Amino acid sequence: MSAAVQAKAASRLLLSGNEAIARGVWEAGCKVAAAYPGTPSTEILENIAQYPDLYAEWSVNEKVSMEVAIGASMSGARSFCAMKHVGMNVASDAFMTLTLAGVVGGMVVAVADDVGLSSSQNEQDSRFWGRFAHVPILEPADSQEAYEMVKIAFDLSEEFNTPVILRLTTRICHVKAMVTVGERDDRAITGFKLDAKRWVLTPANAKVALPKQIAREDALRAQAEKSPLNLIDPGSDRRIGFVTSGPAFMHVRDSFPDAPVLKLGFTYPLPVEAIKAFRAQVDVLVVVEETEPLIENELKAAGLYDIHGKDTLPRLGELTPNVLLPAIAKLLGQEPPPPSAYAKIEPFPRPPTMCPACPHMGVYYTLSRLRKRVQISGDIGCYTLGAGHPWNALDTTISMGASMGIALGMDKARGEETKDKAVVSVIGDSTFLHMGMQGLLDIVYNRGNVTTLLLDNRSTGMTGGQNHAGTGKDLHGEDAPRVDFAKLCEALGVKPERIKKVDPYKLPVLFKAIKDEIEVKEPSVIITDRPCVLSEFYDGFKPYAVIDDDCNGCSNCLNVGCPAITVSRTGVRQRPNMPDVELKFTTIDTAMCTGCHMCVDSCGPKAIVPLHSLKEAAQ
Amino acid sequence: MSDTIITNILVCGIGGQGVMTAAEILAQTAIAKGFDVKKSEVAGMAQRGGVVTSHVRFGKKVWSPVITPGTADILVGFEVAEGSRWTDMLRPGGVAMVNTIRLTPPVVSVGLFKYPDDPVAQMRAAGVTVYDFDGGAIARALGDLRLVNTIMLGAIADYLPFPADDLEEQIVGRFRVRKPAMVEVNQKAFSLGRAAARASQQALAANG
Repeated sequence: MSAAVQAKAASRLLLSGNEAIARGVWEAGCKVAAAYPGTPSTEILENIAQYPDLYAEWSVNEKVSMEVAIGASMSGARSFCAMKHVGMNVASDAFMTLTLAGVVGGMVVAVADDVGLSSSQNEQDSRFWGRFAHVPILEPADSQEAYEMVKIAFDLSEEFNTPVILRLTTRICHVKAMVTVGERDDRAITGFKLDAKRWVLTPANAKVALPKQIAREDALRAQAEKSPLNLIDPGSDRRIGFVTSGPAFMHVRDSFPDAPVLKLGFTYPLPVEAIKAFRAQVDVLVVVEETEPLIENELKAAGLYDIHGKDTLPRLGELTPNVLLPAIAKLLGQEPPPPSAYAKIEPFPRPPTMCPACPHMGVYYTLSRLRKRVQISGDIGCYTLGAGHPWNALDTTISMGASMGIALGMDKARGEETKDKAVVSVIGDSTFLHMGMQGLLDIVYNRGNVTTLLLDNRSTGMTGGQNHAGTGKDLHGEDAPRVDFAKLCEALGVKPERIKKVDPYKLPVLFKAIKDEIEVKEPSVIITDRPCVLSEFYDGFKPYAVIDDDCNGCSNCLNVGCPAITVSRTGVRQRPNMPDVELKFTTIDTAMCTGCHMCVDSCGPKAIVPLHSLKEAAQ
Repeated sequence: MSDTIITNILVCGIGGQGVMTAAEILAQTAIAKGFDVKKSEVAGMAQRGGVVTSHVRFGKKVWSPVITPGTADILVGFEVAEGSRWTDMLRPGGVAMVNTIRLTPPVVSVGLFKYPDDPVAQMRAAGVTVYDFDGGAIARALGDLRLVNTIMLGAIADYLPFPADDLEEQIVGRFRVRKPAMVEVNQKAFSLGRAAARASQQALAANG
């Protein structure tokens, strides 16, 4: 349990941004909180779930989490939802109309941008949503501010009848800093009150709401101009000053301790007048924002041309001191800071791997055997690693649930060279329920020829093993209804005989199932049913070992991709009038091996045997 | 304590080695000593055997949570090649404390890349002061590989701006509450880590 959950008011402790936000949400008297996991925002809901007196859930996707929060707000409860930046794309349909209707109970949407792409498919700037939806954006710079701003955001939401976006980045979510916490301000729920003109957004009703939305934005702009969240942190050296927001403020303050800084916390609507006044106080003004030039462009549109921003600083990635210092030195015509005293050493890369016994390995091993006959549309999860070594068996990844729609498009747009290839889509259980199943319905409905591999490992693996509607457990780990994937696929219209459940640890069975289904010219689904090895549902087996004398160095087992299998020695086999064959003899790290058996099926000379049998033979 | 002096410690290794826990213990010790602390972690897909680093910064007031290359006071490498990967983060005169255990990833094992023969020698050739020892062997001798964490913290204990006892108390205090049976072996691990670092320092001094 997070220390923050039990911390008494006024205690001071080291909290991640995500832990601090959870505490702030609870203290604000929030009654309903929802999310779908996504790095770096996942831990917000995991922490909220530990507090009493509020309802918290894993929703099937971000849009549903948004809708749950909307329903609670309509009912007069303070409500909250959290998501990563790409989750907001999914949720935005509901959000863009909610902004017209407004709120009853305060509603805060935390959106976490993965600036620097530590674990995402793109880098997008969620501050655009404020401009798009005409809603305020607050941007904390550290855990303490994240905690405080959540509470301010709820008040702002109710005062101005608007949802509020709390814009986070990885450096807020996953940085720990000191936070002084407070007390919960509990609030009664007023309950839903009928008001069809407000809540039924027909064109007629929406037309009435539109001018109110614009008036609200004007009022918010006036509020931003006087907000204490936008403040000048003075500096003695006025030759250069900075306007900045979010964690970039910390990097600026660190890099230029003597420069005046206008630190923006309430960043949309932009307090243009306050910035103009600050501009007059410094010789050179630089806007430091991660990642897009939103503040800069708005200032220029308002006539403030004599400023710097993306002409000086990169438009992608974090603006950390090692980026800021040389860029600003160059702008000012100064010597760049000296480089590090020591040269960089770059050893081999260490890319993420699948875990020993990961059931995905069997699927990708099999697909790699069929590589020439299939094109493979992939999705988002641990199984995206199938694109890498040694499988090289995943050809596309775009967005959550996209594998099946993309596969159908590939099926309908065959070229001369690909006309005989089977189209396969690969998707995990959580992603299938998130946004995937509509794609399968579309394949069925439009008579596509796609084989879908539904890798059900009973876990949202990549984000750390969260529960979902297919695991049989909820956010709190309590028993919950569990969706039956085979029945679901059948209900979507896949013929029962085209739905196969396969144990991915049994490679010959899996191989036959995939080979059979790709030859059938209609929609089919193969469901693999081994749990994630990191989940509570996984029971390990006894480890295996390699009989060194029996290993012929063929290295087939290495193609399974298990990190527990390593090369013990190499050799060469010479063949008359043919090129030499490189031999790699292998060994199994028995401490890592959990006995999934996949490598055993890959071994021709049957050199992989249970470790205990090897020990018994030695005795 | 000066307003501007910040201590920067970069802890690095591989997912599952205890890098995050070690960084957390350092941070909590610094808090107990009255410092402002920030701790930044990059562990996007660490669970999958990837590179893990944690930046720990403390002083009177810490702004950025990120250590700028060339300013780390101490580099703690839980694995030897990983230690070498962050060499350029050290400030002149900084110290690298490296566990010489070699953990080979699949891309090396199958021959796509080569594991360097002697990462510590590479670091020394770059001019860095490296203290190295086999933390894994010490842990195994004590009967639990997970003790590497405490051993590495013991190793840097004499290079911190607070007494080694404070760090040891932070570690041991955790076990006293949760697993009292582990107190003694952790005390032992801590002092063996300290001794190993000292021995490496002396060996380096003797060799000139």
